[in-house]
Amino acid sequence: MSAVDVIDVTRVFDSKGKKVIALDGINLSISKGEILGLLGSNGAGKTTLIKILATLLLPTSGSSYVYGYDVVKDAKSVRRIINLVSGGETPGYGLLSVKENLWFFSQLYGLRNSDARRVIDTLINDMELEQYRDTRVHKLSTGYKQRLNLARGFINDPMLLLLDEPTLGLDVINARHIRTYIKRWIRDDPSRSILLTTHYLAEAEEVCDKIAIIYRGKIIAYESPDVLKRSLTDSSVVEIKLVNVGKDIDMDSILSRHGLVYEILNGVDDIMHHYTNTNNNSNSNSNEVYGGDGVRIRLVLDDESMIPSIVESLVSKGLKVSSVSKSTPTLEDVYIRYIKRYDP
Amino acid sequence: MSLSDDLLLNIKAIYARAYVRMKGLTREPHWSIAEVTIPLLSLSAYVYLYITLGAYEYMAFVIVGGAMLAFWSNVLWGMSAQLYWEKDTGMLQHYMLAPASRMAILVGMAVGGMINTTIRSLSILAIGTLLFPVSYALNDPVTLLLVFLLTVIALYGMGMLFASLFLLYGREASHIADLLQEPIYLLSGIYYPVISSNIFPNALKIIASMIPLTLGIDAIRLILITGKGIGDVTLHVTVLAVLAVALPVLARIALRKMEDVSKRQGRLLLRWQ
Repeated sequence: MSAVDVIDVTRVFDSKGKKVIALDGINLSISKGEILGLLGSNGAGKTTLIKILATLLLPTSGSSYVYGYDVVKDAKSVRRIINLVSGGETPGYGLLSVKENLWFFSQLYGLRNSDARRVIDTLINDMELEQYRDTRVHKLSTGYKQRLNLARGFINDPMLLLLDEPTLGLDVINARHIRTYIKRWIRDDPSRSILLTTHYLAEAEEVCDKIAIIYRGKIIAYESPDVLKRSLTDSSVVEIKLVNVGKDIDMDSILSRHGLVYEILNGVDDIMHHYTNTNNNSNSNSNEVYGGDGVRIRLVLDDESMIPSIVESLVSKGLKVSSVSKSTPTLEDVYIRYIKRYDP
Repeated sequence: MSLSDDLLLNIKAIYARAYVRMKGLTREPHWSIAEVTIPLLSLSAYVYLYITLGAYEYMAFVIVGGAMLAFWSNVLWGMSAQLYWEKDTGMLQHYMLAPASRMAILVGMAVGGMINTTIRSLSILAIGTLLFPVSYALNDPVTLLLVFLLTVIALYGMGMLFASLFLLYGREASHIADLLQEPIYLLSGIYYPVISSNIFPNALKIIASMIPLTLGIDAIRLILITGKGIGDVTLHVTVLAVLAVALPVLARIALRKMEDVSKRQGRLLLRWQ
């Protein structure tokens, strides 16, 4: 028996008389001991799927099972063995302390007071909330509120933990703490499982055993991170660093399908570029550059022989290429590539 | 899970939710001070009016009415609008996610509200009695307690029913609460007798009797101020008993309907819907 089976699930919302298909015949399963990462852009259907598995939303059609329980017909049984933690959500009542809030939630799951005390002590310790044990929740920082929120998610020792962007808006330390904890939680009992949605692909790569990419309500990729990355072995990932990129240089137009470079870049599967603050090339003409910043372009190419012509086109636009290097594919490359296939 | 486990789970949920309410009272004592002082100021105005008019016998009416008004305010703002606020703060999702029944959560809110408001209401009654020269003629304390309990249960049953309805109406909840506030003040005779007087025509009295507060205040005044007993308030007790059963049952039906509609339409997902 899988931890989760989602069979041909569709969810249609009626928005002001207009039908919006949030999920379109989704199929997936999560094995026991597995962390499945669900990736997708905003509105792709990630949260809708999570809410259906959490019994908060009914599917329009299809069935879903959590440890054998039907999420529609056996909703009460499902609720006993799951929990849901979303990023940025309220961790409880602001007037109550950390300890009181955890006790409160423990009672909604029917824990005996002695068990509740033991679980609360463990969670407070694990989440490094000892010094805030008796602090009212409204006085906690965002990071500690989210730690408490995560502790709430573990209060009933769920079999399936649904994590909807759990590290949203957190600093590196808090996010890392949460990632470490959920990995350990699965390792401690391999009959447990986690469904994680995140926009941080490095996070998904670090913690997930399997990745499902959801796009406009459909699963378009469903493999382990390694297998997905290997799917790019026929391609090359190249990083081009540019310096002194003038304000008037519109990289999007150069690299987009409508720009001059489009023709030259024929064969480029995907392009990502972003501005970095690592370059110290600011000079007297710094007003004419992006505050002295450089530009790094990451390209996934079907054919490496395209590199010289791409560089040439950039140079012909007056751009200075500081380096060209090959890189290993990341989950981000895979994600963008899959998305671009469906939305070129 | 057995029926007894299920019952135990829901009792724990009721207690936990009531605990949150009661903690609010002790954590922010200035709220309670305001909630006692403001009704006292309102009822004082009516007491002085009756003193000016020489209608001294109504002073105790006003104090009892003012004390019971605390329940209506709590039912309207602390119960009816509560699920809507819980949705806004994100707590509703936690409730919907837990195996404890939603009815247990509502009952917990009601129990916590009843305890807090009873303390406030008794404070208003005690301070009002100390401030003004009023006297009581209580001969049947058991019936007084019975009427009080039935009134409070029926009132909070109404609050539980409204809580589900308000959630369905979403952001209009506060407007509905505003709309309900003044008509109830008018019909329930907080500062003047309604059922035992001829101020309103009979048809309006019957409508007013559907509001537990109206019957409750009238019966409590009869017992506490005029020394009447169970024989004089049988009809009050009967109607209140029916309301005390019917309103929580209706609340349960509305809650299920609300949950079903929300899950079908996705309303529980969107905080501002």
